[in-house]
Amino acid sequence: MNLHRVGGLILRYTFLYTRSVPRVLEMFFWPVMDLLVWGMLTQYLQTGPYHLPAFIRFLLGGMILWDVLYRAQQATTISFLEDVWARNLMNVFVAPVRLREFFAATFCVGTLKIVVTVAVLAVLSATFYDFHLLSLGSALAPLFVNLLIMGWSVGILTTGMILRWGQASEALAWGIPFLLQPVCAAFYPVSTLPGWLQPVSLAIPATHVFEGMREVLAGQGLSPARLAWAFSLNLVYLSAASLLFRRLFHQARSKGLLAKLGTQ
Amino acid sequence: MYKALFFMHPAPVLTVSELRKEFDGVTAVDGISFQVGSGEILGLLGANGAGKSTTLQILLGLTTPTSGKVEVFGMDLNQHRVEILQRCNFSSAYTGLPANLKVWENLLVFATLYQVRQARKKIDSLLELLEIGHLRNHVTGHLSSGESTRVHLAKALLNDPALLLLDEPTASLDPDIADKVRKLLRRIQREQGISMVYTSHNMRDVEEVCDRIVFLHRGKILATGSPAEITAHFERSSLEDVFIRVAREGDQLLKP
Ligand SMILES: Nc1ncnc2c1ncn2[C@@H]1O[C@H](COP(=O)(O)OP(=O)(O)OP(=O)(O)O)[C@@H](O)[C@H]1O
Ligand SMILES: [Mg+2]
Repeated sequence: MNLHRVGGLILRYTFLYTRSVPRVLEMFFWPVMDLLVWGMLTQYLQTGPYHLPAFIRFLLGGMILWDVLYRAQQATTISFLEDVWARNLMNVFVAPVRLREFFAATFCVGTLKIVVTVAVLAVLSATFYDFHLLSLGSALAPLFVNLLIMGWSVGILTTGMILRWGQASEALAWGIPFLLQPVCAAFYPVSTLPGWLQPVSLAIPATHVFEGMREVLAGQGLSPARLAWAFSLNLVYLSAASLLFRRLFHQARSKGLLAKLGTQ
Repeated sequence: MYKALFFMHPAPVLTVSELRKEFDGVTAVDGISFQVGSGEILGLLGANGAGKSTTLQILLGLTTPTSGKVEVFGMDLNQHRVEILQRCNFSSAYTGLPANLKVWENLLVFATLYQVRQARKKIDSLLELLEIGHLRNHVTGHLSSGESTRVHLAKALLNDPALLLLDEPTASLDPDIADKVRKLLRRIQREQGISMVYTSHNMRDVEEVCDRIVFLHRGKILATGSPAEITAHFERSSLEDVFIRVAREGDQLLKP
């Protein structure tokens, strides 16, 4: 890993994102809209005719943490697509850049963007809906990191698919996270899922993060077993995603797709 | 004279041996071998689909060959891709640069990727060399195609490459700028001894810039030689006529 080159790629994303108003707005627009909807809903559930306990605010926690996962995946895949759209892919890959340097840069920039987005969401949700993300305490950091890692794995995978099957599979980049959403128990406990789906759900790292978050918010503290599950599953998926990407990358080079995707 | 020639082309910078590339069913490159000497400009010529771009993509490690070997600076491309790319560069009329960045920003990014020392000074001197100093702070996406071609060339010269691969670098240039670019390529070849592999459909380009030509037809080498040798070989008066003859009668010419 050559840090100079990672720095060069980071520099490029810094220019790319700070030079573009739509790209900056995109960091806040959807998350803030989501927060407004979920915040209003929890308020209604708490103070309306139902008078649900304050615990219902975990929905906001679920929403914010889901956004970490979603954005980590997007940051990776969209960074790659930015080069495809700009027909810059060939320039980048004929520079002496290694794949791991390319991904390291997208991870760094993605993490930075997510931290900013989450900070804004945390302030808004605390101010308007009395939900304090920091009430997760010391559990916040490991939960956050696990969602990042899982987002990267999914991002690496969707990037590989676009490389191999072309821009037609771009829809996957947007769609795949939402395939996971109902199963990974972001907004309800795993026990809500039908029995046959529960093992599937428990095989997803994010499920353990969201369960862990609810446990912490309910005052039970984060069990080390949850964390161990999340980290181990993440390790497996990140390795699998990297291996799969190498395969897809190899196929793309053999079929001349790297050059095609870079010029069309 | 003999000595001068000898010193101009000592060890080959690039050696291509028996290179083949098949894309399911289509043979794009069909067992070609050639060398490029130090400080030599080699033109890859041939009709649409002859296999020029595929060859360049293989030389850049973007596409893997079906068989055959590529050696650059005496190293195997397959095993030393990153070291080789550090001393190569590439420019094409068909690639782009991030549109919303300013020209100097795009160049600074690539200068960092190639670990260029005193990057800003280098960028300014290249912009001057290519006569686009006034575009330094322009947004890349707003440039005309000729201007952006020259920005791409600046990018390709950032790391003082020892081998420069150019895929139709003069496509979309007006005759005046094309002429300047040709002279410029000649000048940097003279002054810095850069080797180049050059594809173009502009025969004027090729006659003026290339020391030697490899004529491709359906992925095979039909003839190799200086522009004058090639015109003589095909019994035509200009490279343009040779090109037309090869395009129309290439299949017969391929037969031994
Ligand atoms: N990725 C690919 N998959 C399948 N076939 C390909 C691919 N790339 C090139 N080809 C085929 O290989 C042949 C050579 O193409 P190539 O692009 O190398 O030609 P070229 O000499 O650069 O032509 P042009 O002058 O039009 O640029 C063509 O028949 C083309 O259709
Ligand atoms: Mg071509």
